[in-house]
Amino acid sequence: MGFIRSLKLSFGIWINKIFKKKKAKIGLYGPPNAGKTTLANRIVEDWSDGGTMGLVSAIPHETRRAVRKEGLIIEANGSSIELDIVDTPGMATKIDFRDFMAFGLSEAEAKKRAREATEGVIEAIKWLEDLDGVLLIMDSTEDPYTQVNVVIIGNMEARKLPLLIVANKIDLPEASPARIKAAFPQHPMVSISALEGSNVDELYKAIAAHFR
Amino acid sequence: MREVHMDLISGEKLDRLTSMEKIRLILDKVKTGRIVVLENGLTPEEEVRLIEMTMTEIRLDEFSGIEIESYPAKKGGSFLDKILGKSVKGRLTVIGPANQLRTIEKDRYQISTKVSVGD
Repeated sequence: MGFIRSLKLSFGIWINKIFKKKKAKIGLYGPPNAGKTTLANRIVEDWSDGGTMGLVSAIPHETRRAVRKEGLIIEANGSSIELDIVDTPGMATKIDFRDFMAFGLSEAEAKKRAREATEGVIEAIKWLEDLDGVLLIMDSTEDPYTQVNVVIIGNMEARKLPLLIVANKIDLPEASPARIKAAFPQHPMVSISALEGSNVDELYKAIAAHFR
Repeated sequence: MREVHMDLISGEKLDRLTSMEKIRLILDKVKTGRIVVLENGLTPEEEVRLIEMTMTEIRLDEFSGIEIESYPAKKGGSFLDKILGKSVKGRLTVIGPANQLRTIEKDRYQISTKVSVGD
């Protein structure tokens, strides 16, 4: 990042602070099958008059196009914040169509899904340049030290943009949000089950506090 | 006996390359089956560009992507680095073809990987 760009970035952050921007464009990021779309659907269900963001499936890369929902007003802690939320395709460094065939897809279906998934990853990366903050969704039953998590966190830190880690799937017995906290102690984290809706009120409070 | 070709690239060499040259160098090596170890790693922005380029080069029956592991980027650097926007430093990074390099374990201080050489 050059000097001019760095200066522009710092100036933009100060302008936002001075005028207390109350609308933010927030991206839901994370590896495939972390529960991004399940959480996006939950947020839309709780704060709009209906609809969903996308389909949910056990097969990785179900979301292969970014979807934006505008103008969600989240009220928490006695204040409100207007959000545009962007549900992004899962980030990955490798995509092998044979992995999809293990879920019962035909070879043709698996290859089509693989092609679309690669485009989805590129789309998710492009969206990083157009956001005010990120909810990084992690599956708390999995090892948090994945390169996808490291890369997303590194990019948000480099851009000096707010990041909130969401430790999802705490309804599962093997969930360990503490492992995520230990891996990335420098960032705020909220533990939830997007599927069951447990602790999402705490997430909304954290969103209202963190992204204004 | 099958052999594994590893390229350990020094920080001095990486410092002389532009971001795009680093990414091209890495992908060209990895696509021929080599394991690449970078002494200083890549910046977070370079890493995300590497993932983007990797996605454009995936070919269904030939190249399924990369396995990449590094430690979280280090903040710091001199005052001048901060002024120039270089306050986030990349760290030791290992990159290889996704079908050959597999991460066994990773934590804040150690990365363990396994390399399979195929049939």
